[in-house]
Formats: sequence, C-alpha cells, structure tokens
Amino acid sequence: MSGHGNTAVDERIGSGLKSRTKHALNDEFLRKAVAFTTDKLKNGRLQAMDTFGDWEAWRERGRAIRSHTIANLDYYLGQFADNVVQGGGNVYFCKEGKDAVRTFMDIAERNKAKLVAKGKSMVSEEIHLNQELEKKGIEAIETDLGEYILQLARETPSHLIIPAIHKNKQQIAELFTDASGEHFEPETKVLAEYARKKLRNYFLEADIGLTGCNFGVAESGSITLVSNEGNGRMVSTLPKVHVVVMGMERLVPTFEDLEVVLNLLARSATGQKLTTYTSILTGPRASGDLDGPEELHVIILDNGRSEQLGDPIFQEVLNCIRCAACLNVCPVYRHVGGHTYGSVYSGPIGAVLTPLLQQDMKEAGSLAYASSLCGACYEACPVKIPLHDMLVHLRHRKVKMKLTSLPERIAFKSYQTIFGNIKLYKLATKSAYYMQKPLVRDGMIKAGPPPLSGWTQSRFMPMLPKQSFRDKWGALQQELASRRKEGGKR
Amino acid sequence: MKVSLFVTCLADNLYPEVVESVARILTDYGCEVDFPEAQSCCGQPAFNSGYQDEAREVSRQLIRAFEHSDYVVSPSGSCAGMVHHFYPYLFQDEPEWAAKAEALVGKMYEFSQFLVGVLGVTDVGASFPHKVTYHPSCHGMRLLGVKDEPMQLLSAVADIEYQDLPSRDDCCGFGGTFAIKMADMSEAMVCEKAANVCRSGAEVLVGTDMGCMMNIGGRLNKEGKPVRVMHLAQLLDEGRAKR
Repeated sequence: MSGHGNTAVDERIGSGLKSRTKHALNDEFLRKAVAFTTDKLKNGRLQAMDTFGDWEAWRERGRAIRSHTIANLDYYLGQFADNVVQGGGNVYFCKEGKDAVRTFMDIAERNKAKLVAKGKSMVSEEIHLNQELEKKGIEAIETDLGEYILQLARETPSHLIIPAIHKNKQQIAELFTDASGEHFEPETKVLAEYARKKLRNYFLEADIGLTGCNFGVAESGSITLVSNEGNGRMVSTLPKVHVVVMGMERLVPTFEDLEVVLNLLARSATGQKLTTYTSILTGPRASGDLDGPEELHVIILDNGRSEQLGDPIFQEVLNCIRCAACLNVCPVYRHVGGHTYGSVYSGPIGAVLTPLLQQDMKEAGSLAYASSLCGACYEACPVKIPLHDMLVHLRHRKVKMKLTSLPERIAFKSYQTIFGNIKLYKLATKSAYYMQKPLVRDGMIKAGPPPLSGWTQSRFMPMLPKQSFRDKWGALQQELASRRKEGGKR
Repeated sequence: MKVSLFVTCLADNLYPEVVESVARILTDYGCEVDFPEAQSCCGQPAFNSGYQDEAREVSRQLIRAFEHSDYVVSPSGSCAGMVHHFYPYLFQDEPEWAAKAEALVGKMYEFSQFLVGVLGVTDVGASFPHKVTYHPSCHGMRLLGVKDEPMQLLSAVADIEYQDLPSRDDCCGFGGTFAIKMADMSEAMVCEKAANVCRSGAEVLVGTDMGCMMNIGGRLNKEGKPVRVMHLAQLLDEGRAKR
C-alpha cells in the first residue's frame, strides 16, 4: 500500500526509503504544497503560543498529565471501559490490528451494514480497515474532506491532520471532475461545496458511523472528537450505529485534564484556540435524547503500544496527542512529505512510532535515519516527547541487533580505536593530509569516491590544511603570552 | 581565570584559525588559555549513528583530557551539547565515570555562551562594515540552550549591517553522518538554506558551529556564490583588529 501512483517506488519501509525520497524530491507539486501548508501551520502555532501566556508551563502540564495517564494506563483503561459500559456502550479490547478488524466486521454483519461513513481516524488506517471492508463488499466513505480526496485518488494520508497536504487545488479539481463527470475549476469554494453536497447523503444513508477518538475521558467514559468540518459530529450522531476505534493510550483521567490537552492540541496543530467543532459524546442515545446512535461500540487497540509500557526510553512516545506539530516543523518532512516514510504515521513521530508499533527494526527501523537530529520536533512538541533522542536510541537498537552494514560497523570500530587514542589520532590526521592530495582541486575537494561522494554530490569539501590547530599551538602560545603582557585589547 | 580549549576534531583539522580567534579573544579578556593535547573528539559521530559503545570509549579520552580544567570552552555548540546532553546517559552504569562526566558538564561552554554568560562581555569593541547574516545552529540552540548570545555579540559590533535570514531556525541539513547517509534529504535542506542566505542579501554568513558552516559554505562554493562564511569568533577577532 502506498500513496504513490508510481509503482516503481519500492514499498518496503526501510529499503525503499531512499528511492521514495528521490521520488518525492522530484515532485515539484508535492514539495510546494507541503512547504506552503506546513509554513502556514508552523506560523499559526507560533502566533497561538505567543497569545497563550506561559507556553512552557502549559507544555509541562500537558506532559505531566500524559505521563501520569500512561504510567497508570491499566487503571484508567478500566475506569474508562466501566464508564462506557455503564453509559450503555460496548467496549472491546483488541490485541492486534486484525482483532480490531474482526470485531468491526462482527458489528457490521450483525447490523447487515452495506455503507459505513467514516470520520477521520488514523487508527483505522493503521489496521487497514478500508481495504478489509472493500474485500467484504462493504462500502466505506471517508467524510473528512482531505480523506475523501485521497479516497478518490486511491491514496493514503501523508499527514496526521491534513491528510491531503501533498495535493494542490488543480489536482483536486481534476479528481472531482473525473469522479463526477462535471467539470470543476480549481476554486476552493466550489470544490468544497461539491464535496459537502455529495457527503450529506452518505451521512443520512450510512448504516454505521465510524470515528476515531482524540481523547477518551476516563472519569465519564466520554469520547472527545475535534474537527473543523463537523463531519465527526454527523457520523457519530446520524447513523444508527456508532463505532469508535481508538489506540489504548488515547485517554485523559478527567475533564479538567481534557481542558489542558484540548488547548494544547488545537494550538499546536493549526494555531486555533479551539477547533470549530469539539464533540464530547457520552453513551448512545438515551431516552429523551433528540439524536444520537442507538448503539455505541468502542474498539480499543493495543497493536504494539503496550510493548512500550515500562520502557525507560520509549514509554513517553505514548504521550503523543497527534497534533502533528513535529511534522510541520521537521525540515525532512518539509522536503519529502509523508508518503516517503512508507508508513501510516509519518514525520518525526512516525519515524519513532512505526518501528516500535511494528516491532520491526530491520525495515521500519531505518526510518530512524530520516532525521538530521535538529531537535525542532522536540521543541514543538506540546507534551515534550524527546523525539530527537528517541531517534538516536532507535539507531542504537539497530546497531545492537547487528542490523547495520558491516562496512559501517568496521568504520565505527576504527573510529573508536583512532579517536580513542591520541597518538593514533595524530598519525591518522597527518596521513589524511597526504591522502587527500589526489582529490584536491583549487584548494577544495569537489568530487570524491563513496562515501565522500554523498557529501560532494551537493557541496564542496574544504581541504585539510597542512597545519592543524595542534601544530599551530606552539606559535599561538607565544602570541597569546605577548598579548597578555600588553594587557589585552580591552 | 584558567580556560581550556576544547577545539573539536573538526576545527582542529579543518579550521584551526577559528580556534586561534577564540583563544585571542579569551586571552584579551584576561583568561589564561591552555590546550590539553590529549583531546580528540566528543564521540558524537558514533553516538548519533547508534554506536554508543564506541562513542563511550572516545568520550573517556575527552573526559580525561579536561579532568584538571576549571573551564572548558568550545567553538561548537554541537560538541559542547553532546557533552551536556548525552555524557551523563553514556556513563549512567559507571558511577565513577558518571561523576567525572557530570564534572565536565559543569564546566563545558560554547564560545558565545562563555563570553556572554561567564565573562559578561557583549561588546568586544569590534567593527565590521559588511552585510552579515547569522545561522543559529540547531544543537547549540536546542541541546545547549544558546539562543540570544550570538546575536547580542553581533548587534554590539560597530558598522555591521545585519540582514535577516529567512527561515532562520531551520536546520541546514548537516546532521553529521546524515549528510552522507541520507545525502538526498540533506541536499534538499542545504539547497534551501543556501538559497535563503542569498535571499538575505548578506556578503557574510556567520555561525557558531563549523559543521553547519562547512555544509552551507560547501553548497555556496559549489554554486559559485560569493558569500564569505565564518565563525562568530573569527568575525569578532577580525573586527577588533580593524578597530
């Protein structure tokens, strides 16, 4: 499964990373579209932070709430499930993606469902629910505008909250034209109007409404959904059956905590104070309610999450509130977009989460290299997940499991031997001066053999001067001594 | 005040003039500068590539070299950041070395951080009549927390024409081994950074980390762009000599 139309792109997560990178870098439309929107989101976030008072204090509060919840996840999951059931809903704990799919299919079969209207849900992407539904002949319609566009294009989301971030207006107009037979100009208002009318019917006709869950509130068993299009509210109230699929970590203990994380989420995601719609749903329709589903089913998915519990380095990754701020500030994501990661979750959080959830260091683990370790992700994270450190620790895991290449392992052993011994270090740097000579042109190295060619493909390399600082130190010491005598140049 | 230079392997071998400038400025502000010769590298190339055992052994060399120093000053926020951010972790299972690592953390500074924070100097009395822009290096800024110091020093320089760098805080794409291992990603990033430097209209690009400067400068060179690339210490040193 890949978002690219080009089948020549290698679809394996790790070994295909470089070919997908090249593919994305050659896609001018994609690069412009991603840079444009991430810039907008990034600036929105900065403005929202400015007007929010003590952002660092809010961040720390968010981190504390999430860390506490994850540290006591068994307790809060129990409390949450009890409250959902007490409110008239059903709860299913699913160990793996396929268990969650089967659970959903059972509900669909019981209700003889033919049409499922979906709100945005990354977990449903994670378990590949749409493909499974298609196999069973059940039609699933994405009702989030971005997701709807991607469904028409038969692509997957390339961003956590702006799934079609890589598409521009022109491309969307073409998709709508193909799908409807009408002709569409690339005008946002016209395109949105078409989707709005089209989707209305699905809300009314669907047998099941499926949504994700931004936060479950343990003290009440409530499901919180945030959206800017209102589709989340439609799919969770109009169809007879509402099914929620959520990751097991997606909880907060109380409404007081919810206030904090909702504030952090909207501001970090889009720079909004609150999203246009915040829906808090507690139980199915009760007697006297004017709307709401007759049945509520909550599917809680593990799928590798519980493996992180108790891990001194990686447990914190479960703190994530899926705001995508790390994607928006990531200079790698900015240039290559989400599909390059080859996984449902992209950007820095995806590079960390994917190998952990899939428990696959060989292929998915290679995503840990898709970062210059600049730390912009950590700086932007509203719950302070040290993603840049986690990426380094994932690389360490790969090394420990002997999943890196032999030449690389030998190179770093040699590095240890040489840089760990000052005599060898001096000898090596002296020899390097002479060894570089065949490569030097006009005082620079403009082209080199691999692995140096990785550098010289895009930049020149300065040549090593004859004298290192070490060699010059004697003379410099004398200069410094005379400067001191003169009393410096203050 | 006794100050030891942590010259970093990169500046030792490729940019000795940067450390010379650091040494001159510190000396002029009354520091007794020395160079413990047993130093090599902070271990970051191995650590960031996942080779923690190899990094640890190289780190010991650095810790030993500065065991008797009062202050340690480096021309690189990244190398100083490595010590601050990861040395305690590297030695968490060896109490004796953990204590030594903590001791080094306590006395390790990046150049501008030391000049402004410890020596209390923001105006070195330099003049530099050129259009200058500044790229803040990620590790200095985010691992070490060096945010305002370089700009404080620059804005006190006489006759300087400071030009804003668009998307200033974006990484230049260096990332150590990333530049080679993920050459295409790195290329996209350095091309954008170099383009932004040109857009700024500056004749001089200044920074506090020669890794980043080598990367951006190498790109500007390849494009044949006449922008001079230098370390902040060089600019200040040169600007003082002029005055």
